[in-house]
Amino acid sequence: MKWIVGVLIFWVAAYALNIWLANSKWRNTRAVKFAVPAIFGITILVIWEGLVKGLQVPSVILPPPSMIAARVADSIPILWGDLVQTFVKGALTGYVIGCGAAVITAILIDRSTFLQRGLLPVGNFIAALPIIGTAPILVMWFGFDWQSKAAVVVVMVFFPMLVNTVQGLKATDQMQRDLMHTYAGSYWQTLFKLRLPAAMPAIFNGLKIATTLALIGAIVAEFFGSPTRGMGFRISVEVGRLGLDMVWAEIFVAALAGSAFYGAVAMLEKGITFWHPSQRR
Amino acid sequence: MLTMNKTIIPVLTVVATIMVIWYAASVWMNSKWVYDQAARAGTEVSFSELVKDTWSQDRPVLPAPHQIVQELYKSTVLKKVTSKRSLVFHGWITLSATLLGFIFGTGMGILLAIGIVHNRAMDMSVMPWAIASQTVPIIAIAPMIVVVMSTIGATDFLGKDAATALFGHQPAFMQGLLPKAVIAAYLSFFPVVVGMVKGLRSPDNMQLDLLKTYNASKSRTFWSLRLPSSTPYLFTSLKIGMAGALVGAIVSELSASPLRGLGARMLTGSYYGQTIQIWAALFAAAAMAATLVGIIGMIERYSLQRMGIAK
Repeated sequence: MKWIVGVLIFWVAAYALNIWLANSKWRNTRAVKFAVPAIFGITILVIWEGLVKGLQVPSVILPPPSMIAARVADSIPILWGDLVQTFVKGALTGYVIGCGAAVITAILIDRSTFLQRGLLPVGNFIAALPIIGTAPILVMWFGFDWQSKAAVVVVMVFFPMLVNTVQGLKATDQMQRDLMHTYAGSYWQTLFKLRLPAAMPAIFNGLKIATTLALIGAIVAEFFGSPTRGMGFRISVEVGRLGLDMVWAEIFVAALAGSAFYGAVAMLEKGITFWHPSQRR
Repeated sequence: MLTMNKTIIPVLTVVATIMVIWYAASVWMNSKWVYDQAARAGTEVSFSELVKDTWSQDRPVLPAPHQIVQELYKSTVLKKVTSKRSLVFHGWITLSATLLGFIFGTGMGILLAIGIVHNRAMDMSVMPWAIASQTVPIIAIAPMIVVVMSTIGATDFLGKDAATALFGHQPAFMQGLLPKAVIAAYLSFFPVVVGMVKGLRSPDNMQLDLLKTYNASKSRTFWSLRLPSSTPYLFTSLKIGMAGALVGAIVSELSASPLRGLGARMLTGSYYGQTIQIWAALFAAAAMAATLVGIIGMIERYSLQRMGIAK
């Protein structure tokens, strides 16, 4: 009972604090913009902890955050091994190969309007399909280890990336291309000095979409078979053993890896497309 | 008409090329088995025999397209729809979970977006999390949701007794529907929140100021300005939400029991090496995604035209 009352008091206090902060005169400062969502997140964790303890929810249904944190601290070697297997070997390899192949394909079909007219609708169509369903097929072809996961990721990121890159290569206007022409710039010079740099915002848009897809592909592909490590493997095994604290620990790591991956690509974008209006302050 | 020809011919060419590559690849990838068989029997295979054999194996590495079409025909038209081998049966189970989840997920998403637009505290506390959640592989929680919900016994849409009282029996799709729908809802929720917040904020200051000079109330501004101008964003987010809901339903079927639905067909196919069955389920899922997104697209075109904001 005292847990529940405590949770209620904390919730009301945090809620009031957030409303006050959001309407105060400092609401446009950086600190408040960071503090308000942080307080919201902490409130959710406190409510979660308090309700699980107060209502005595068994940990096979919902472990409290403190238990998950303890599990994370206890099993860092396992979590690290799973992260390397799924993220570094599976997702990252597939991401690099898939995005690279898509950019190269986009440049190859760039000179042929016929191929673009044909490939773009097909690519757009395929990008909307549940490509994750190719996972069982690719696991059969490439075996249980990380190669099959990388293959799933390649298939998943290829089409969104292709569509974005082709769009990006169209971003220059006639005047800019004419200028390159008056400089006697060849096709490749125009491509590398003008059109690819101008395509970077669109390319990075594709790269950012692909970060999430890569992690999803690598994790779900492990549900169809994997060696005895990997985040997807650990999740499905621990779910079967009702070790939900470990499942939550893996989800925590996956969330962390996903945000870090996205953040890294966004940082890179900031450095490369510093000239674009969306990066101005 | 000219633009039609401009797209259709290249698209058909690309599709035809894919078909040719596919058939060639299926000869190449399935040939090992044929050669092994021939070596065991001590016979030689001619090229025409090789092609014929590679396009008609029971468990090919890569089935030829016509084998998939045959399997699709066999498992939809020739099987009774109540049969456990009918793709219509499995497709309906996936579809029901997808639609239920989609309706809940998008409904909640739109409501939250309305709250965010009107309440600054909510905006500042929830919005960063909603955006961050798009970088997180949420789908990883699917197996856990399925198991936890079956531990607490919340799996059926209507319990056995309630369903029997209503329909005389418990329809198959209701068994194990809830966890799948929850995951489908969860996956369609966040894209809709982010898209709808953008949409409800799309009226510019001039338009908002005009309504202010009319002394319009907040709700009047919402109904007459914000909601109509958010329509294009609504349909874009609905399409993303629908695709997400379908992926969520399929992935949760990998761990749901009873083992039913398109995702389950893929899983059992991969257990028993039934490659044609996996491909058929994949194509069924693709057709379902295309149809669902296509329907939203049609409604989108119609309503944007009626509203006069069609491109």
